[in-house]
Amino acid sequence: MNQPSGVLDGSAADPGPPLLHADGLNKSFGPVQVLHDVDFRVYPGQVTALIGDNGAGKSTLVKCIAGIHAIDAGVIRFDGAEAHIDDPKAATALGIKVVYQDLALCENLDIVQNMFLGRELTKRGVLDEHAMEQAARETLASLGVRTVKSVRQQVSSLSGGQRQTVAIAKAVLGNAQLVVLDEPTAALGVAQTEQVLDLVKRLAGNGVAVVLISHNMNDVLEVADRVSAMYLGRIAADLPNDDTMTRESLVQLITSGRAGDIGLTEGITE
Amino acid sequence: MSSTESGADVAPVVEPPVGGQALTDFALDEGPADLKGAMRASFDRIRGGELGSIPAVLAIIVLVAIFGLTRPDSFLSKLNFANFLEQASSIIVIAMAVTFVLLLGEIDLAAGYTAGVAGAVLATRLQADWPLIPAAGMSMLVALALGVFTGFMVAKVGIPSFVVTLANVLLFQGILLLLVREGGSVRIQSEAVNDLVGGALSPGLSWLVSAIGVGLFALSQVRRQRESHGAIPMSLVWLRVGFAVVLVGVITFVLNQNRAFANAPAPIKGMPIVIPVLAVMVVVLSFVLSRTAYGRHLYAVGGNAEAARRAGINVQRLRLSAFAVTGVIAGIGGWFLASRVNSVDANTGANDTLLLAVGAAVIGGTSLFGGRGRMVNAVLGGLVLALIPNGLGLVGKTTLLGYDIDFSSSGVKFIASGVALLAASSVDALSRKRTT
Repeated sequence: MNQPSGVLDGSAADPGPPLLHADGLNKSFGPVQVLHDVDFRVYPGQVTALIGDNGAGKSTLVKCIAGIHAIDAGVIRFDGAEAHIDDPKAATALGIKVVYQDLALCENLDIVQNMFLGRELTKRGVLDEHAMEQAARETLASLGVRTVKSVRQQVSSLSGGQRQTVAIAKAVLGNAQLVVLDEPTAALGVAQTEQVLDLVKRLAGNGVAVVLISHNMNDVLEVADRVSAMYLGRIAADLPNDDTMTRESLVQLITSGRAGDIGLTEGITE
Repeated sequence: MSSTESGADVAPVVEPPVGGQALTDFALDEGPADLKGAMRASFDRIRGGELGSIPAVLAIIVLVAIFGLTRPDSFLSKLNFANFLEQASSIIVIAMAVTFVLLLGEIDLAAGYTAGVAGAVLATRLQADWPLIPAAGMSMLVALALGVFTGFMVAKVGIPSFVVTLANVLLFQGILLLLVREGGSVRIQSEAVNDLVGGALSPGLSWLVSAIGVGLFALSQVRRQRESHGAIPMSLVWLRVGFAVVLVGVITFVLNQNRAFANAPAPIKGMPIVIPVLAVMVVVLSFVLSRTAYGRHLYAVGGNAEAARRAGINVQRLRLSAFAVTGVIAGIGGWFLASRVNSVDANTGANDTLLLAVGAAVIGGTSLFGGRGRMVNAVLGGLVLALIPNGLGLVGKTTLLGYDIDFSSSGVKFIASGVALLAASSVDALSRKRTT
């Protein structure tokens, strides 16, 4: 899965042009500046892990990309063109989907009903259940989901991993180009974590640009193609995931913004 | 892609599942295809806590058995059967009305008075010599306005529905009193209105209506079977249609017999008009709930409003519309109330009307917590709640364990209805615990 990259400093690995490039992003809430000149790139067909401690600015950055927060300064380029993502609808129209930690599923509805919620297929005003069922099954199959017994199961009867799967499938259904996953494995056991990570890989394999927010460095090392580490509102490093990357170096980047000779210069890190 | 693609049109052989892990993807979607599989699937759903209307059906069977055994001559009489269906009709309609807001996890405590006001508008307009259609239209418009008002207060202003509709109980009661003038009663002369509850179709027409009803049911079942692409076994369709033919046939036959007392001046026979009217309402409203995006969104908001909002559903507008729909249907319930006694007074839709309606919905299996419920639940629950006073009234005075108990007294009826409601909401709460 990992792209070959022989370069160690992380600047010259060439995964092609980024699908999304946030350049010089600044964002303040009142007097508090949360994002400082953030330069964030996401490549199609790759998993970009976004790591950082609580309060580093990960969520704010994602919310800027998803159109929930307006940016103060900077440019977001999507597919090469400058994009103005002013509201969530604009993000959805571009194919940017976010799966939040709470998953936002209706427990009293089944898998198909959840996946098509708010965009039901109809035939002459009547719900076209068969078409929705087929599409849901195809989407799940394309993600290699093998743990769901029936697409007509109610979500209340699903396990945590299965729910995560459904939430991701819901996001992917349609024209997803970039999917942001907010800590998809945080509440899962070992086997279910493995299932979800497989799904993340499969997602990128299908050509989708994936942003994985995670606090679990083992997950990051396992599935990420690139890692963007945030520290105090800045991108401390943007590196390909190669054999020089270790758990220790990632933890150092998160906790101090530096690891060896990569990361922020001393001046900025206070 | 996996094997699921080809499985749709050819009936596949399904290995019996050996625990959850052994199943591959969508294994259950390729079945059941035979009767045994379908029965197992519904049995699994029941075990999973989705009881649906089973408690209500059981309650109906038990109540009919008890009352039938204690008072076989009066309770099982043809007159009482027709009478009982008419007693149940207004509760059922108002229960269907409140189902819309119950699905959202909201409540409308004033639905009974909405019915009263709508009935009073109809009666007073008819008294003012308006033709039937404009009078009914006016009544419906007023009911809609009351519903929109409630919905606006809940959805836009943001007051909990419990509080808004508690205030509405006083508000609408006041409107009702002004319309019928305190202590007064407005008689209804219109035969069409009075026949809604109390009138009967001719025996020939009864058979025709029954045949059309069963025919449409059979047609919809076959259609659904075809659309399911093998998931519903054909044998199940025949079973259902056969059951419907027998049930409707027997009911129609019984209702077509003369049910008047021996010395009555004219025979009474034929199907009460309320039956086809209720059937049409159930079918139309069920269609809205289960086959349209609007209905789907009601369930979604009731299940997880935040998820629905993020899916792009306008939750505020949906809430408002649900209260509006409740208002209109409750208004139609008001016509039933008025038609039953051929007049409207300050007590129309008052007292226990609303409690019985909400009770009926819940007893039928609609959840007070939102997100779960169907129109059929209102019908079944309404039948249970009408059976209790009807049967108890006929049982009358009995000596039990040395005590003289008058089962026809209001006290006993209230207690019995209260116990039934508590039992039903316990089932609701417990099954909810089980599924989550």
